Amino acid sequence: MTSTEQRTELTATDAGSGAAAETGSAPAVDLRGKSLWGSAWGELRRNPLFWISAALILLFVVMAVFPQLFTRTDPTVADLNRAREKPSADGGWFGYDSQGYDVYARTIYGARASILVGLLATVVTTVFGGAVGLVAGYRGGWVDAVAARVGEIFFALPLLLGGILFLFTFPNDLNTPLIVQVLKIVAFIALLGWPNIARLMRSSVLQVKPNDYVQAARALGANNTRIVFGHILPNALAPVIVVSTINLGAYIAAEATLSFLGIGLQPPAVSWGIAISNASAIGLIRVAPHMLLFPSIFLSLTVLAFIMLGDAVRDALDPKLR
Amino acid sequence: MSRYIIRRLLQMIPVALGTTFLIFAMVFATGDPLSGRCGERPCSAAYALAFTNEYHLDQPLLVQYGFYMGKLLQGDLGTNFFGNSVATELLTRYPTTITLALLAVAFELVIGVLAGVVTGIRRGGFLDNLVLISTLVVISIPIFVIGSLAQLVFGVQLGWFPITATQGTIGQLILPAMVLGSVSVAYVARLTRGNVAENLRSDYVRTAKAKGLTPGRIVGVHTLRNSLIPVITFVGADLGALMGGAIVTERIFNINGIGGFIFRSIAQRDGTSVVGAVTILVVIFLLANLLVDILYGVLDPRISND
Repeated sequence: MTSTEQRTELTATDAGSGAAAETGSAPAVDLRGKSLWGSAWGELRRNPLFWISAALILLFVVMAVFPQLFTRTDPTVADLNRAREKPSADGGWFGYDSQGYDVYARTIYGARASILVGLLATVVTTVFGGAVGLVAGYRGGWVDAVAARVGEIFFALPLLLGGILFLFTFPNDLNTPLIVQVLKIVAFIALLGWPNIARLMRSSVLQVKPNDYVQAARALGANNTRIVFGHILPNALAPVIVVSTINLGAYIAAEATLSFLGIGLQPPAVSWGIAISNASAIGLIRVAPHMLLFPSIFLSLTVLAFIMLGDAVRDALDPKLR
Repeated sequence: MSRYIIRRLLQMIPVALGTTFLIFAMVFATGDPLSGRCGERPCSAAYALAFTNEYHLDQPLLVQYGFYMGKLLQGDLGTNFFGNSVATELLTRYPTTITLALLAVAFELVIGVLAGVVTGIRRGGFLDNLVLISTLVVISIPIFVIGSLAQLVFGVQLGWFPITATQGTIGQLILPAMVLGSVSVAYVARLTRGNVAENLRSDYVRTAKAKGLTPGRIVGVHTLRNSLIPVITFVGADLGALMGGAIVTERIFNINGIGGFIFRSIAQRDGTSVVGAVTILVVIFLLANLLVDILYGVLDPRISND
């Protein structure tokens, strides 16, 4: 079992049982017709952690889309005269790196690669893994068995080790456009990450399937499409959303780690992983610790924001904690 | 018990075959197998031909895979740029990495379980919140950031630990091991906390209390034993992250172990070394998980008897 996935499951252990209990109790508690998601939103609105993480995520997404809003400095222009200059109020707030790049501008522009990898990888794994889990859980039988066996194989390859092998076989070089580099990383995360979501979705579907309202829909003559998309999916989705949100943070960390090892994104791409990799040479750590500090803080805050958001959503969906 | 072990062994075979086939398919069948074999430059025609013959790339896919597995099982991982056998390179380096990994696991178990038990007994207190918040922060910081920052603060600025660990002695490896185990410590603490809190509410604890056992014995013997079973499974599954983390940690602290070898091979674009070493790590990971599964059956008879 891949440990990143094991870890995110751990962070979200209560999600599955919570959602199932919720579907059973929600109508009884709330007679004014609030849905599961409606009452979860009401709960979420009162959680300060949710607002903090949502604000952070919004900030980083805006940073990724419109970096020009935050800085006028071109991150690809280096001035060797200013190499390793310490942070100061005039000009370089975060100082300059060993090539004379402005650390502030590089840090702002670095958000794009991380956010792109995180969002795309999460969408692909969630949609594909979710679909596999939905079909496996709903159909059962041989479909379920085949999905489980195939998933096990991809599950057994640790994310980082698989990433090293994958990116070594499909290498990036100086001329690879950023989006292709990003898509390669997304591809391997999707390849190794889908079984985690598929398992979760399957067990969630199995919990929802025996419910009375599903039986009732079937008795009323609803076809499979209507039962799956109208009744099962909305009620089985909660734990998947929670784990996917937490995974988003883990994927961003995985991309940065691979870039740090020199095998993920390649310069001249601007990314936090590359910046931290450049900064962590022993000589530089002594004379220019600011090169290390600022990209590290931004990267960690982004990962933290998604983990906190996942935690907040789980708390909102889990009536046991209320 | 023996039936359980045999069943686990049999279940392991398709997964091991599938995973090695996945690696093989990625590297040799769909990707460019010559990628990085000759560094930054493309390979010469003569080398490409020799490589094709060596790995039987002109044969059907399954035959290629058969040859690949045969070589792997014989411990033949090919030779790298310097003409050294990759297997020998790994053999000379593994003691350092094993020491590092054992220190890291010991660190994560001792600190993680201690923090988990203390907070699991008293939920909602100051210490509990402190541990919850600090573990959340640690989980959010990628390991290469923790490593670089720890090196900066504890090595360079405070001077408490050696900055690099080139010799790989235990004294030098303590800081790298704490970095390597740091994220897992957070997960072990959270897992233990949850399990201890849940087990303390169970019937057998009430019985133990009714018998008049001391709180120390209830927690130390009865609750802890049951709470640690999931922790052991976690540590087994976590070995994969630990291996990835070892590559990062050994790069930061310049440790001459398997992780450092993989990192330097990536930097030199030495394909034979990277693919060989990572494949071996994956195989070790699979075997370790088999061991953990069996241990799980020993610790929890309910698992092996069903």
